[in-house]
Amino acid sequence: MRLLTGNDLKTGAVTWWTGTDWSIHVEDAADVTGHEDEIARREEASRRVNGPYAVDAELKDGVPRPSHIKERVRSLGPTVRPDLTLKPAEPDIGNWVI
Amino acid sequence: MAETLRYRDDEPVDHPAVTVDSFLDQSNATAVRIEPGDDARDLIPHLERLALVEVNFPAFGDGRGYSSARVLREAGYEGELRAVGDVLVDYLAYMRRCGFDAFEPDQQFDRDDVEAAFERWPEVYQAAADERTPIWAKRHA
Amino acid sequence: MYKYDQYDQAMVDTRVEEFRDQTRRRLEGKLTEAQFTPLRLKNGLYLQLHAYMLRVAIPYGTLDSRQMHALADIADTYDRGYGHFTTRQNIQYNWIKLEEAPDLLADLAKVEMHAIQTSGNCIRNISSDHFAGAAADELVDPRPYAELLRQWSSFHPEFNALPRKFKIAVIASETDRAAMRLHDIGINIVKNEAGELGAAFYVGGGMGRTPMIAPCINPFVPLDQLVTYAEACLRVYNRYGRRDNKYKARIKILVHELGAEEYTRQVEEEFAHLLGQGVEPPLAELERIRTYFEDPAFQDASNDTIDRSDPDFALWVDRNTVPHKREGYVSAVISLKPVGGIPGDATARQMHVMAELAKSYSFDELRVMHTQNIVLPHVRKATLYTLWQTLEAEGLGSPNLDMIEDIIACPGLDYCSLANARSIPVAQKIAERFASTGKTDALGQLKLKISGCINACGHHHAGHIGILGVDRKGVENYQLLLGGSEAEDVSLAKITGPGFDENGIVDAVETVTDVYTRERQDGERFLDTYRRIGMDPFKEALYG
Repeated sequence: MRLLTGNDLKTGAVTWWTGTDWSIHVEDAADVTGHEDEIARREEASRRVNGPYAVDAELKDGVPRPSHIKERVRSLGPTVRPDLTLKPAEPDIGNWVI
Repeated sequence: MAETLRYRDDEPVDHPAVTVDSFLDQSNATAVRIEPGDDARDLIPHLERLALVEVNFPAFGDGRGYSSARVLREAGYEGELRAVGDVLVDYLAYMRRCGFDAFEPDQQFDRDDVEAAFERWPEVYQAAADERTPIWAKRHA
Repeated sequence: MYKYDQYDQAMVDTRVEEFRDQTRRRLEGKLTEAQFTPLRLKNGLYLQLHAYMLRVAIPYGTLDSRQMHALADIADTYDRGYGHFTTRQNIQYNWIKLEEAPDLLADLAKVEMHAIQTSGNCIRNISSDHFAGAAADELVDPRPYAELLRQWSSFHPEFNALPRKFKIAVIASETDRAAMRLHDIGINIVKNEAGELGAAFYVGGGMGRTPMIAPCINPFVPLDQLVTYAEACLRVYNRYGRRDNKYKARIKILVHELGAEEYTRQVEEEFAHLLGQGVEPPLAELERIRTYFEDPAFQDASNDTIDRSDPDFALWVDRNTVPHKREGYVSAVISLKPVGGIPGDATARQMHVMAELAKSYSFDELRVMHTQNIVLPHVRKATLYTLWQTLEAEGLGSPNLDMIEDIIACPGLDYCSLANARSIPVAQKIAERFASTGKTDALGQLKLKISGCINACGHHHAGHIGILGVDRKGVENYQLLLGGSEAEDVSLAKITGPGFDENGIVDAVETVTDVYTRERQDGERFLDTYRRIGMDPFKEALYG
């Protein structure tokens, strides 16, 4: 599957296209296969996202998991500061990233 | 084509600028366009007959034109020095300091932004091709 | 320390307002991201892996307690309670919001700080010797020259769109503590035979994907021609530096392709011309700046002694304090490298503590080292024990200056969008390994430097041991390098061979240190042994 990601223009937060809106949670990301460019152009033009691009991902336990480690780090937060990630209460979340 | 901003009192040159190579071949041309890869120093022996030098910025991030401008002003060129191409409002103050006195941007400027750009900086740290007094000179006036 | 006058303040305040205007135009859609990017970069604002990142300039690494307190407040107000001290003596914050950045900059301006030219294709913040003004071995304080060049390079109209970034370092000592020859321009303030001060110019050094050691292009530029000479160096670069390929755009490539001799000839020709153009500030300006860097009111401390009865304290004194030009004083290094910690990170609370300690014990001055530690430059020996107790209590007392645990590491893939591999976890594992085996002490000085990509922010080319993280088919892989040095014995490290995975690289580092302990002769550092015996014994141990 393909996910569309970028950063929020005002806050810089990593965001994922859900099919109707942007979410900071990769779990919410929708498969955009075939529509990447069209959505990216429209959303960037309306400044709802900054620098959108599509990434490869696969569904794992029902949740989209980006194929490249860089995108997994992006989707979660720094592996060396679990307290600052989106899942501070899950001590083993690092295994999902690596 | 966006309008040209001009900060000179004389009449604009009414014929198109030629390339540096053509200029050096033609004894009667008075307007020339410098591309980023051209050497502005090639024009120095001919400054007397030059009334307009256009310096092209094909991309705003290519800063060679700033040096071309200063090289010409330092050599004594007093004719029009016009920045053309991908000229953006946030760089106007720098261009002015390097000796440009006319601007012909690909995209029309917002008048208010232009005014803000030229009025913004109350002081300058360096001596350059304009008449502004650097901070160090004010400190030791 | 330098203080702004109304002119300096006006420049910084104006930049805040200009950036506020640029941000507004971006948010309103009047500027595209492609147009805005260089504008925000020239104010230190990146779009990083997780958020915007702001790099704040700490000119020549010097700051006072008020400024350090302000940096802490910014961490709490605009970020997540911490900051990261960098290998160019700056600090960066990882979680900044674009819409709040102008207010942050306004807060910085209130304490004479800014983020001007901490990124982008322009002349960057100027770095210097972190022991400037304190070192027993310096000729003069190099910072006035750095400040003169800071002002010259700030908003320089001709050099605002260089082919690539441009880094300058200024030192004034035979001992190089600023990696001077690995900069685009390295300046060493020297004395000629007549006893006059001048500047030796080294041009075309750098790390990154093509590391080069800068050649000396002029051994003595008179002080009243310093700015003019720098202007000539930059003009030749701006006109002829390569713009066809981003990876060949640094000045080191120009100097290398032209040859140092031809580059020098062109600079000298430009310099001769510029001497008549009036770009040089009068020497009185240098004198004015110099008055801000006069010695603080040192006391007669010649009878100060250090009570070494607490062995932990004695160890810290031996490892983390360095000789001072004044009797009875030392420069004390606050390590930001606790075992298992993130190299260079400090919490807001730690910043407040360091600020208070500077105020109480170091004439209100702090320095940032390129090794991502903090210096209290002027500390009386008699106050060291009290100082150390506070450091210990705040997790700032690690006794490991220039030891294998004192690792330089870039933020790597945990934070950086350019990175190919994580640096910080590798640094943590290595420090933990050596701390747990107790081998650190026996290894003595051993500078280990880790970069998470080829851009080399972690100075891996200059490590006695260097580590470079690469991406091998989506998996982190680490190359090992040996034999680099950023100091006066500058050299570039060489790759040992095939890379390792994360655990493998920790083992590999231990393996090469074992070779060193086996092979070393009396007094040799790791680097000395490597230089004497060469790569082969290390390769043999690593790859069999």
